[in-house]
Amino acid sequence: MNENTEIDKNKDKPAQTHKIGIYLWIWGLLFVLSFFSYMVDWYQFQGMLRWSLILFFMFLKAGLIMAFFMHLFWERYTLVNVLLWPMTAIACFVGLMVAEAKYTFFSRLIYFVLGG
Amino acid sequence: MSDSSLDNLPKGWKSVPSDLGSDQTAFKGVQWGKAMMWIFLLSDTFIFSCFLISYMKGRASTVVDWPNTSHVFSLDFMGVPVPLLLIAIMTFVLITSSGTMALAVKYGYEKNRKMCGHLILATAIGGLIFVGMQAFEWSKLIHEGVRPWSNPFGAGQFGSYFFMITGFHGTHVSIGVIFLFIFARKVYRGDFDTGRRGFFTTMKSDYVSIEILGLYWHFVDLVWVFIFAFFYLW
Repeated sequence: MNENTEIDKNKDKPAQTHKIGIYLWIWGLLFVLSFFSYMVDWYQFQGMLRWSLILFFMFLKAGLIMAFFMHLFWERYTLVNVLLWPMTAIACFVGLMVAEAKYTFFSRLIYFVLGG
Repeated sequence: MSDSSLDNLPKGWKSVPSDLGSDQTAFKGVQWGKAMMWIFLLSDTFIFSCFLISYMKGRASTVVDWPNTSHVFSLDFMGVPVPLLLIAIMTFVLITSSGTMALAVKYGYEKNRKMCGHLILATAIGGLIFVGMQAFEWSKLIHEGVRPWSNPFGAGQFGSYFFMITGFHGTHVSIGVIFLFIFARKVYRGDFDTGRRGFFTTMKSDYVSIEILGLYWHFVDLVWVFIFAFFYLW
């Protein structure tokens, strides 16, 4: 399909869009979730509770933005798969660097702090 | 947005092999510019991931205590130090601008030129406020003696990660703001209704451009979600 005919065809016909309510809902949810993640710091939660809450709110916010604001929820699976599978490579990289960081940390402890 | 020519094609998981094996366009119903923006954003995801992973590695491997971000980024409000106040306001400003952008995309597809233009302008102003607050935060920290190689609060790596990550994100916001102003002008002028050719690409376009611009802007907000969680809250 050539670009110009596509524009002419759609010229006077507004495309089918989603209802405004869904955007306002997501918007409101993002505000609430951001407020909650700020509260994690406000009440100074520590340890596993702090980290799991931070990650929970973060992934929820990221998911809502991608699914609805960036329309991934309505896209065909091919695009969604092409975009989401590469994230597993990032997850692997995180795992590798966690191991590397531990190794560096203990080396530093042994050579800098304990003196070898 | 929803294209009626796609109704006869397979849906769900069955659509993946049939779309990819159809010897034609793999991303059906996705305008080429939108596919290219998604691929660019994927590569940008890898860049930001590398920064954040490097930050994680640096922070986890230092034997010196990491600065307490709750204190470093606190702001005095009526004489009382409020932790992360500026960062919280920046987060809300960016989410607000993301919401106005989502609505701008919707009104663009409905050919509501005025509303679309107003909302893009509101998004651009939100972005400007964000960059302004970030400039304030940077100058405050530089005054307090934070440098890429040392700082008075703790581990020396803190400064370099802070300036690199927030600086790279701020650059993305600034570029987004420039494009938002350019596209607000295009929408107000009616470029996408008349099919006027772009000054740079010399191609005709329509309101799908607003969705592409929106993808970039939402991505900037998305990255901030991760920076907020890992750099400021963790």
